[in-house]
Amino acid sequence: MSIDSKTVKRVARLARIRVEDAELDHLAGEIGGIVAWIEQLGEVKTDGVEPLAALNGLTLPWRADIVTDGDKASDVLANAPQAVEGFFAVPKVVE
Amino acid sequence: MTDHKSGIVQGATGAWEMVIGLEVHAQVISEAKLFSGASATFGGAPNSKVSLVDAAFPGMLPVINGVCIEQAVRTGLGLKAKINDYSVFDRKNYFYADLPAGYQISQYKQPIVGEGEVVLDMPDGTSRKVGIERLHLEQDAGKSLHDQDPSLSYVDLNRAGVALMEIVSKPDLRTPEEAGAYLRKLRSILRYLGTCDGNMEEGSMRADVNVSVRKSGAPFGTRCEIKNVNSVRFVMHAIEVEAKRQVEILEAGGKIDQETRLYDPNKGETRSMRSKEDAHDYRYFPDPDLLPLVLPAGFVDGLKKSLPELPDEKKARFVSEYGLPPYDAMVLVGEKASADFYEAVAKGRDAKQAANWVMGDLFGLLNKAGKDIAASPVNPKALGGLIDLIADGTLSGRLAKDVFAFMFESGKSAAEIVAEKGLKQVSDTGALEAAVDAVLAKETDKVAEYKSGKVKLLGYFMGQVMKATGGKANPGAVQDIIKNKLGG
Amino acid sequence: MSELTELTIAEALAALRRRSISAKELTDAHIAAVEAARSLNAFIVETPLHARAAAKEADARYAKGEARAIEGIPLGIKDLFCTKGVGTTAGSNILRNFVPPYESTVTQKLWDAGAAMLGKLNLDEFAMGSSNETSAFGNVANPWRRKGENCKLTPGGSSGGSAAAVAARLCLGATGTDTGGSIRQPASFTGIVGIKPTYGRCSRYGIVAFASSLDQAGVFARSVEDTAILLGVMAGHDPKDSTSAKIAVPDFSAALSRGVKGLRIGIPKEYRVDGMPAEIDALWKKGAAWLKDAGAELVDVSLPHTKYALPAYYVVAPAEASSNLARYDGVRFGLRQPGKDLTDLYERTRAAGFGKEVRRRIMIGTYVLSAGYYDAYYLKAQKVRALIARDFAEVYKNVDAILTPTAPSAAFALGEKSADPIAMYLNDVFTVPANLAGLPGLSVPAGLSADGLPLGLQVLGKAFDEEMVFRVGRVIEQQAAFAAKPEAWWRVA
Repeated sequence: MSIDSKTVKRVARLARIRVEDAELDHLAGEIGGIVAWIEQLGEVKTDGVEPLAALNGLTLPWRADIVTDGDKASDVLANAPQAVEGFFAVPKVVE
Repeated sequence: MTDHKSGIVQGATGAWEMVIGLEVHAQVISEAKLFSGASATFGGAPNSKVSLVDAAFPGMLPVINGVCIEQAVRTGLGLKAKINDYSVFDRKNYFYADLPAGYQISQYKQPIVGEGEVVLDMPDGTSRKVGIERLHLEQDAGKSLHDQDPSLSYVDLNRAGVALMEIVSKPDLRTPEEAGAYLRKLRSILRYLGTCDGNMEEGSMRADVNVSVRKSGAPFGTRCEIKNVNSVRFVMHAIEVEAKRQVEILEAGGKIDQETRLYDPNKGETRSMRSKEDAHDYRYFPDPDLLPLVLPAGFVDGLKKSLPELPDEKKARFVSEYGLPPYDAMVLVGEKASADFYEAVAKGRDAKQAANWVMGDLFGLLNKAGKDIAASPVNPKALGGLIDLIADGTLSGRLAKDVFAFMFESGKSAAEIVAEKGLKQVSDTGALEAAVDAVLAKETDKVAEYKSGKVKLLGYFMGQVMKATGGKANPGAVQDIIKNKLGG
Repeated sequence: MSELTELTIAEALAALRRRSISAKELTDAHIAAVEAARSLNAFIVETPLHARAAAKEADARYAKGEARAIEGIPLGIKDLFCTKGVGTTAGSNILRNFVPPYESTVTQKLWDAGAAMLGKLNLDEFAMGSSNETSAFGNVANPWRRKGENCKLTPGGSSGGSAAAVAARLCLGATGTDTGGSIRQPASFTGIVGIKPTYGRCSRYGIVAFASSLDQAGVFARSVEDTAILLGVMAGHDPKDSTSAKIAVPDFSAALSRGVKGLRIGIPKEYRVDGMPAEIDALWKKGAAWLKDAGAELVDVSLPHTKYALPAYYVVAPAEASSNLARYDGVRFGLRQPGKDLTDLYERTRAAGFGKEVRRRIMIGTYVLSAGYYDAYYLKAQKVRALIARDFAEVYKNVDAILTPTAPSAAFALGEKSADPIAMYLNDVFTVPANLAGLPGLSVPAGLSADGLPLGLQVLGKAFDEEMVFRVGRVIEQQAAFAAKPEAWWRVA
């Protein structure tokens, strides 16, 4: 199945990656080629097969309800590109 | 504003029915967050209750808090719902400033709790069952502040990662009043269980309201979702204005766009949320940092055994054990604290009398003072003591009300106040006869009117006797004496 | 150059314990080697201060007889492991200036056992690549070159810097991660040993995530014994990682000498792929013969879904990556490009911060998870994955380990395969199935190509049976007696 530029644009928006219009066709070709190659998975009979949910018999461990973390605002903010009075700052969002 | 009882909006072409569903996000009561060890309690300096896991730093991983699992299961049991021993955590992928990882860990196709029900206690005394679709666990997002700076929004992640239970009702609600009753009942159940404090004003319980309209018998119409409404009153009003908005569009020949809206309490209307253009493709997939949640054998049964008596059961018991009318029982069991208070007062006393005092006098003064029952200056023992003084004739009902007001103000017991203020009821017939004689002697004109048939004046005479005795006369005895003396 | 950089870890530990060498000498020799090898571009950042401080501590401990498991051993760390206070870039522009305030569990275990850090090693950006050609910090050159040629070859990827550094004798060992073959394939291309343990054996806490259900920390060294020593330190349950197995770590080194007598070794027919170079097939047969000589029984087996492993991988891995990399958004750390609003900020930051391969994989991952495609691609791939795991489970009822080639070619020239993504993906054809099934895999250098380049053989084991993998690998190592070394063409002065 080939991918068109409109799809690439939609996917790029979902992924929040800016793609210039001039790149759209080329990217559509590349991604389309890879997706076409992936399509061979359709040859495999998978009726009644459960998708892999957990490897190697691993099961979900539960934690105790104790506060063991937090109180480290300086670590949390140390790499912030822009922080103001203990908050992360971003361009204003209008809802 | 209307009384919200009607689920019908009249249009030019006929009556439209409201169809309402509620998605409630309830913050789980726990010490730590759902997938990290940071504190889940409210407040604190910005970003002080944040683990690097909550802040989605590179290489950070989630580990699930067992108490949050318990709280979700207990809530499911309280909703008489199916508990799923096997459930899966999925990532819900979208970008927003208060969602550090760019995804929320939630549950999609296999939630921890399935179908259940909530019984609504309507004000007219009837009951109605509302279906629960599911309950699942998910992370809360952080908070963005948009009003601190002209060009910046500020992000605080303290709330990011706190455990939420998302409780989804079936679209069974038909009026704003029912929606209000549903929220109140749900909150009551959560508070009884201790799984959520249900504080909508503080944001620990939030409602997304789904509203659509249809002509009777028609299939469901397109619905709109009104997000994050944070009071029962606002929910009811939002439903009304949204239903009216939709009817207007449909009557004009338009169609409803499925969209997400916000309720503006200041303007009393709903408006479209700008950011939700993409009809959100959340690309749910099972979170590969977590394995499926499997509840161990006996886990659910163990929790079931230790559940407290819940509102519905308690209400039924109050009706059967105390002979209370269903409405009274419903009011008393609304909060577990009230129910417990009542039972302490009612023990060994007249149950109906106890109910009247708790629901009438106590709740009345508490409301006026803006206190809740936990902060009542009159405790069950004290109220019980007051009722005992009525029962043994020390106080009339009238006097008791005065005494109660003093008790509420001072925190003192009934006996102390009676002694201090000499408010004992006067039942001594000699004294009472003297008082009556004095009044009748004074009111000769009115006595004549009474004797000629104006028997309503009995009340007037009683009022005068009560005044003369400083309210302490035993009203029953006074009435008898007056009647005797006037031959009526 | 000194012989100190020619030692194995086992030899170095023995010499350090005997006090015939000091940790300071050992570290200084390696620091010098690192400085002289900058043209390989194996290191993103060098940390001589850290190394020297560790060496000092090590010498003090040896003097007191309090030496820990790998006291004073100089190692390189793939720049995907977060190291506290030391820049961690994941080979990406988007983390170019990121300094983590925390340490990964695996590296903490190495420091707690006395190792010294020489620096952070170059890698394909976010571990996405098979040739170390996608790093924002430039390509890494393989210390090996074709006989009589000067052109630079790839060391493989994504752990290209780690492999190159160990092969060039810049460090005694190096950590790596393996999601689709990123340890085993570079080990094969650079003539060293590399192990990817069972999924869940090592903690992923503090390792920059690429594909969570596939990523696993592992290690490079120049002998099977060395990798067993290092893995023994790195492995172990971590309560901070929910996918970490609550399983005891055996003494891997003790397994090495057990030989293969009486063991059954599977030879999977589906690994004989079309167009496979004859010399690789020949080496594989040789490897099988070595094991037979050593007393093992060779068994022909079938892993029927092998050919679908690569496409399944290239659905699952990008899907998980697209979600794992959503956190790189310019808000809390990393690069930020200004934007007219938040969405614009995200889009410009991520376009500028991520390289082409990463952007492409994120897009593919987003696509295969998107509405309407989830069932056909992601769900389908996870079902195929279940079948691949089942294939192995079936085969392992009958054999103790599996022998295959590690890679379908020797190291290729930089730039040779970067035009066609799928040609690059095919590098992982023999390694990817073990990641999908969560099984341990080891690559051992077994011979040289006609061009004089190293070729490796891969040993695959059952879940949590690294002991078996080390056992078989050791026999191959002994039989191969691979003593070739790259010529130090890169060395300055």
